[in-house]
Amino acid sequence: MNRDFKVVGKEVKKIDALALATGEVKFTADITLPDMLHVAFLYSPYPHAEIEEIDTEEALNTPGVELVLTYKDVPQTLHTTAGQGYPEPSPYDTRILDKRVRFVGDRVAIVAARTREIAQEAAKKIKVKYKPLPYNLDPEKAQESEPVPPQDAYHLLPTIYEPRKNIAAGIKLKFGDVDVAFEKSDIVFEHRFEVQYASHSAIEPHAAVAFYDERGRINIISTTQVPFHARRIVSRVLGIPLKNIRVIKPRIGGGFGGKQEVFLEQVVALVTMITKKPSKVVLSRREVFTSSRTRHPMITWYKAGVKKETGEITALKLKALMNAGAYGPHALTVMANAGSKVLPLFNKIKNLLFEGYTVYTNLPVGGAYRGYGATQGYFGFNVMLDMIAEELGIDVLEFFKKWHIKKGETSPIFEELGEGKEGVAQVIRSCALSECIEKGAERIEWYKKRRKKLREGDKVRGVGAAILMQGSGIPKIDMGAAYIKMNEDGSFNLHVGATDIGTGSDTILAQIAAEEIGTSIDKMIVYSSDTDFTPFDVGAYASSTTYISGGAVLKCARKIKEEIIKVAAEMLNVPMDAVFIENGVAYTEDRTQHVSFEDIALYSMYSRNQHQIQAVASHIGLESPPPFMAQFAEVEVDIKTGRIEVLKFVSAVDCGQPINPVLVEGQVEGATVNGIGYALWEDYIFDEQGRLKNASFWDYKIPSIKDVPEVETIICKTYEPTGPMGAKSVAEIGINGPIPAIANAVYDAIGIRLKSSPFTPEKVLKAIKEQGLKL
Amino acid sequence: MKVRFKLNGEEVEVEANPASRLLDVLREKFGLIGVKEGCGEGECGACAVLLDGRVVHSCLVPFANVMGKEIITIEGLRKTEEYRIIEESLLDAGSVQCGFCTPGFVISIYALLKNNPNPEDKEIREAISGNLCRCTGYQMIIDGVKLAAKRGEKLWKA
Ligand code: FES
Ligand code: FES
Repeated sequence: MNRDFKVVGKEVKKIDALALATGEVKFTADITLPDMLHVAFLYSPYPHAEIEEIDTEEALNTPGVELVLTYKDVPQTLHTTAGQGYPEPSPYDTRILDKRVRFVGDRVAIVAARTREIAQEAAKKIKVKYKPLPYNLDPEKAQESEPVPPQDAYHLLPTIYEPRKNIAAGIKLKFGDVDVAFEKSDIVFEHRFEVQYASHSAIEPHAAVAFYDERGRINIISTTQVPFHARRIVSRVLGIPLKNIRVIKPRIGGGFGGKQEVFLEQVVALVTMITKKPSKVVLSRREVFTSSRTRHPMITWYKAGVKKETGEITALKLKALMNAGAYGPHALTVMANAGSKVLPLFNKIKNLLFEGYTVYTNLPVGGAYRGYGATQGYFGFNVMLDMIAEELGIDVLEFFKKWHIKKGETSPIFEELGEGKEGVAQVIRSCALSECIEKGAERIEWYKKRRKKLREGDKVRGVGAAILMQGSGIPKIDMGAAYIKMNEDGSFNLHVGATDIGTGSDTILAQIAAEEIGTSIDKMIVYSSDTDFTPFDVGAYASSTTYISGGAVLKCARKIKEEIIKVAAEMLNVPMDAVFIENGVAYTEDRTQHVSFEDIALYSMYSRNQHQIQAVASHIGLESPPPFMAQFAEVEVDIKTGRIEVLKFVSAVDCGQPINPVLVEGQVEGATVNGIGYALWEDYIFDEQGRLKNASFWDYKIPSIKDVPEVETIICKTYEPTGPMGAKSVAEIGINGPIPAIANAVYDAIGIRLKSSPFTPEKVLKAIKEQGLKL
Repeated sequence: MKVRFKLNGEEVEVEANPASRLLDVLREKFGLIGVKEGCGEGECGACAVLLDGRVVHSCLVPFANVMGKEIITIEGLRKTEEYRIIEESLLDAGSVQCGFCTPGFVISIYALLKNNPNPEDKEIREAISGNLCRCTGYQMIIDGVKLAAKRGEKLWKA
């Protein structure tokens, strides 16, 4: 199935890279309009309270202030800020502003003024009398605590939702009988794992701008991964017709899921609607930490029953408890993914139980974050496999290879567990996981280093591994569309709803189109994500762009190619099937005659049977073929200080046919380094009142260039028959492995099992004390 | 307060609150949007500019401090041959993903290569450790710097 590609699979440079490097291109915060108002928020200092009185007079009288809004002044429509397809599988539990505040950092008021400073100062002058309410910061106590969501919160889907008990979502899934199987197994493993809060930390903070255009429509430019969902949500929340809203995505400075939330667009739109002036909001880094969205913390309990002789896992139970924070965007689906993106990897387990709950607490709000539940689920999963292999006395890599899902196989979970509803049955059509394991092992020198416990003074080395899968879009839900038209000079406009948030999707979509049409990439003019001028796309999430939007572009390119051939055949006076295209030229079969794209376009516009050569196509994924990955860490643990240093990190990935290998590596390495930061340091530190104590890059360290080890990416190419040009998506998977790979490497070095991330020196020393070094 | 300084090769004078951040003055009074704000607390380097040839984080520099000094932003650097080499190398190495951090990195890389035309891995890491990037994982940025060092060999030594 290996095609000979001309544009795809090549190291084509990102088409927008030049303008980005020069700093000329506009990001949302760079947009300034005449008379523009700047928006600031007043946030709750309490984890849970009722606003008894609110006095805005002094703020309003501050020179330069034009508007102050409290809950009394804004539409009270319940909604979710989760930028998901409709009906969203997230509860409607949020108002733009509410009489009740539910975490430190919840919004109390909105101020709009001539400058950002004036707005911020004025916000401080708002006098609020709060009635503090009982609050809870512990997900394990959520069900007995004061209800967090509003009385009238509801869910659009028929799913487990019990707001009075602080249950934001629940899932129970069962195959076979785990209890009987546990009884019969030779060894039973049972362990609790925990992962923490974290910030996406895209370097560009969230921002949004709104203004009226000359036709009186609200235009919104924002740092969004989901322009079409943003339009729909703003329309509903503000009660204005969808047709009167246009959402434009400019360049985005990274998203990672953090910008899949619609919580600023409605605010600037409202300010502009009331004041009739353009408005802008740019969050400070502190605000991004406290009041945007976060990684959902999760506790998982794994229990596995194993047959000693064969190494077969006969039963597996996964219980998950996820902390939603004060509101429930993605509460159901992130938690569901902890099972659905993890358990199918070992598809031969006959008795399976997955039970998950997401609960409300009075803490910052979780949301979509690269890895989306899989990151949380894979920690315990891979550590368990490492433990089992050790107990069985076999190499964990052999254990992985024997039991992981293979090409031609399936898992019942694919069908049972989807995004807010049942899933879609699928058979794996491409899988190079075993090859990934072997190649990665070679690169990390597994067999030379494993179990050697190389020691120098207080420092001991070890290696560990993890295996992973993710998905490519949400099957039968995610849709993307593309439009292509041909210009007189043989160039093409490619319009896609797909949202390039720095990933390079504009580039790879242009590559797919150019490849299929038979032209070069410089002939493609890409315009993306503008609700007025591009067709629909769900947006950039769930690893969907390459697979879904790429699928739409491929279909669209096929159609327009057909149109081109039709005209060429007419010009060359031969039947259509006697024409082929190569490098922007249409030839007759025997190559005796030809017409260039330019000739064809000119002819179609001015000569005969005039028409615009164009095509449009949509695509939905009928399956969600998983990319696979094996990740390896080599660590050095200082047994005196407890400090872990990652010396080397290797990721071997099967992403089908890479459309652009450099961009694939970029995705994998970016995700990996983010995952290493999450494994070792990144965490939210709260005081006893739920106040975030480290809301800055100063106190919340994301990896800098000095912290990152040598990271290496190996691409193990396959061909995914359902993907565009054989491709699968690859943006998320790399973030899932660092926690378990590092934990397993630490065990290899010093015999300590780490079960709660981040693996700070304090935690390592504590574990050494509790478990005792095994050197 | 009126402050005179040299900005991207030109003498300028501007009226602004002396306590305001250099970052805001550059963005708002001069429209130099290549200077980005990622954190406002001196940690991310997206706002990096050259002050008398040294890399500074403009979000931490009070505007009054630039009196009589020379500031070069990415917009000023853009016209130079050195810039062209750095830019091409970063592009070829795949160092640009979202690009929000890139202008800041370019400033730091320029300062590094000017002082140390042939930096070792460790020196590269040291020199650009004040710039954060969440997209790339840094490996490709290091590759880009090495490429620029090689390609601009003569230029850096000049
Ligand atoms: S904005 Fe100046 S260092 Fe981040
Ligand atoms: S490329 Fe996005 S932060 Fe560096």
